[in-house]
Amino acid sequence: MDIQGRKLIKIATAGSVDDGKSTLIGRLLYDTKSLTTDKIEAIERSSRQRGYDYLDFSLATDGLLAEREQGITIDVAHIYFNTEKTNFIVADTPGHVEYTRNMVTGASTSNVAIILIDARKGVIEQTYRHFFIANLLRISHVIVAINKMDLVGYDEDTYLKIKADFDVLVEKSDFHQEQITFIPVSALKGENIARKSKQMPWYFGNTLLDHLEILEPADLQESTVARFPIQYVIRPKTEAFHDFRGFSGKLYGGSLKVGDAVTVLPSGNESRIKSIHFFDQELEEAAPGSSIAITLSTEVDCSRGDMIVKRGFEPRSEKTISATICQVNSKALKVGEKYILQHGINRVLAKIDQIESRIHTDFTGTEETEQLKLNDIGRVHFRLSKPIHFDSYRDNKSNGSFILIDEGSFDTLSVGFIE
Amino acid sequence: MSNLFIPNPKEAESIHIMREVVAQFERPVLLFSGGKDSIILVRLAQKAFYPAKIPFPLLHVDTGHNFPETIEFRDKLVAELGLELIVRNVQDSIDQGKVREERGRYASRNTLQTTTLLDAIEEFKFDACIGGARRDEEKARAKERVFSVRDDFGQWDEKNQRPELFDMFNGKIHVGQNVRVFPISNWTELDVWEYIRTENLEIPSLYFAHKREVFFRDGMIWTANQHVYRDQSELVEEKMVRFRTVGDMTCTAAVLSEAVTLDDVVAEIRQSTISERGARIDDKRSEAAMETRKKVGYF
Repeated sequence: MDIQGRKLIKIATAGSVDDGKSTLIGRLLYDTKSLTTDKIEAIERSSRQRGYDYLDFSLATDGLLAEREQGITIDVAHIYFNTEKTNFIVADTPGHVEYTRNMVTGASTSNVAIILIDARKGVIEQTYRHFFIANLLRISHVIVAINKMDLVGYDEDTYLKIKADFDVLVEKSDFHQEQITFIPVSALKGENIARKSKQMPWYFGNTLLDHLEILEPADLQESTVARFPIQYVIRPKTEAFHDFRGFSGKLYGGSLKVGDAVTVLPSGNESRIKSIHFFDQELEEAAPGSSIAITLSTEVDCSRGDMIVKRGFEPRSEKTISATICQVNSKALKVGEKYILQHGINRVLAKIDQIESRIHTDFTGTEETEQLKLNDIGRVHFRLSKPIHFDSYRDNKSNGSFILIDEGSFDTLSVGFIE
Repeated sequence: MSNLFIPNPKEAESIHIMREVVAQFERPVLLFSGGKDSIILVRLAQKAFYPAKIPFPLLHVDTGHNFPETIEFRDKLVAELGLELIVRNVQDSIDQGKVREERGRYASRNTLQTTTLLDAIEEFKFDACIGGARRDEEKARAKERVFSVRDDFGQWDEKNQRPELFDMFNGKIHVGQNVRVFPISNWTELDVWEYIRTENLEIPSLYFAHKREVFFRDGMIWTANQHVYRDQSELVEEKMVRFRTVGDMTCTAAVLSEAVTLDDVVAEIRQSTISERGARIDDKRSEAAMETRKKVGYF
């Protein structure tokens, strides 16, 4: 729940160039009355200047100079809007072939993905790629928005053909818990976005907005076992809190409560939760997603990067890991090279033992490779300087993902999903 | 069933970011303007480190054209919470000949702040500057990262930003670089106001409707004051106004309002059809005004 008691839904959008993604988002903003008068006026002005006879909603989201000049979206932009019941964050990610990294980035913080398809073009190679990424990131709700229905005469057969083609894709996926919903829309005309389309009486499903609104946060949140990586040790050293040693961090996966028997990693020391603090409140039990501070009943040596978990539910602790990697930087990943691996908030050194394969993002298998280039996805085996305490990404997203940082430039090179 | 605490996800995220700053950097600072967003940052920092004190100072870059209400509020807050405050003045940068005062109808010190800020960063060797910018404010800010790396010249390279995945933040930088950190990136204006109400935070009186000497120009309401250029033809009137965003006097326009309580303000924002930065004179200079300023180190 957010500040106002509304639920929070985070959406990643994916589409190819000219699929009308920015228009769709602009339309959502317009139909939910989230665009202010000055923004609407700016859109009207720009649309007129460009000689359009319609309102170009894509102007609502295209932010940076370069993309206004080129008329394309070049980076992840975050857009916010809300309805009475729901607070939305949209990560608008571009659909160019070379911009896989942006969709991975946008999708990593989202729990719903909207994949756009141009009704005139149908399922194309990029659709495969977008669905592949939604799969890789284990996005549980995928909405396939078949756009520009106005340009195919709102034809049901076109819609059914695209749906059938997409279903072939779904069969190739290895993630079967996801829910896939098809919606025929015209973002430009506002059909089936917030308003049920009279042009498509053959479609009985929800509008896009209705569908987003009925999603419950419980369906969207991962429910697994508690992981509490220690971010920072709070030691006030004041008279009132002389002996206070609070282990602060964000709780993932499951809840923790006072009295829980816990293990501290990597030491393996056992203790119990003495108290849970959120600012000046003492809590009995905290739900996942809470940024809290915990004190333990015994003096245990623990510092940043260590992890508190429930006893009996320890993660794996190993010095070798295998992961699926997506390269998000133009510097290639190579066998034998060393990198800084940041797992959550913990950093270790990592060396690449083997790059097993590059994975075709169109579901056609793998191929051998020496290196992973920008936007490549591949299977990689690492050796680490110290063990990390991890879960498989499939079981626990936050504790099963990491980034690789270049030792020289300190740029973020890759994101990894542990097997 | 025990009492299960359900977090507000945006607040939890912001606290997480505050803690990452302190853990990853040696000399962080909080850029404090006295505006509502920086007031929220102070609250989040309190929550992140309680019961310890906020482990970094506040930096205020004073244009010399601030509303007196803002300065009064700043000093009171700092005293009440026992915070460390550093003030650096744009006037000094002008006196040192580093920047030149703008002249004419739209003269403002807003752009000049950048030089003073960059000098302060160098003087104190700050490696992380926490700011209250939000992505919903302005389209160039919509693409800003939470951890935004700046080079030695404070410049923002929007095409070469580090991707931010999940909630892992990469704050590794070289000597001379620094990071701008935006913990409330994902908050909307309404979130901010709801939070001020829920937390019962004190804010400068400027945010509530009050009588003020103003004049109208370009459809905006300007404060009539010695620091603000005004033509003979621009007549001063007394109006009931409030400010939605508080910068200095030369770049912040007022809005007509009767909202005298927080509830009134929240109700007004909910119904508002004008965006928050619609009352920022500095953004009206061109369609890409913010982006151009950000590239050279503006906060």
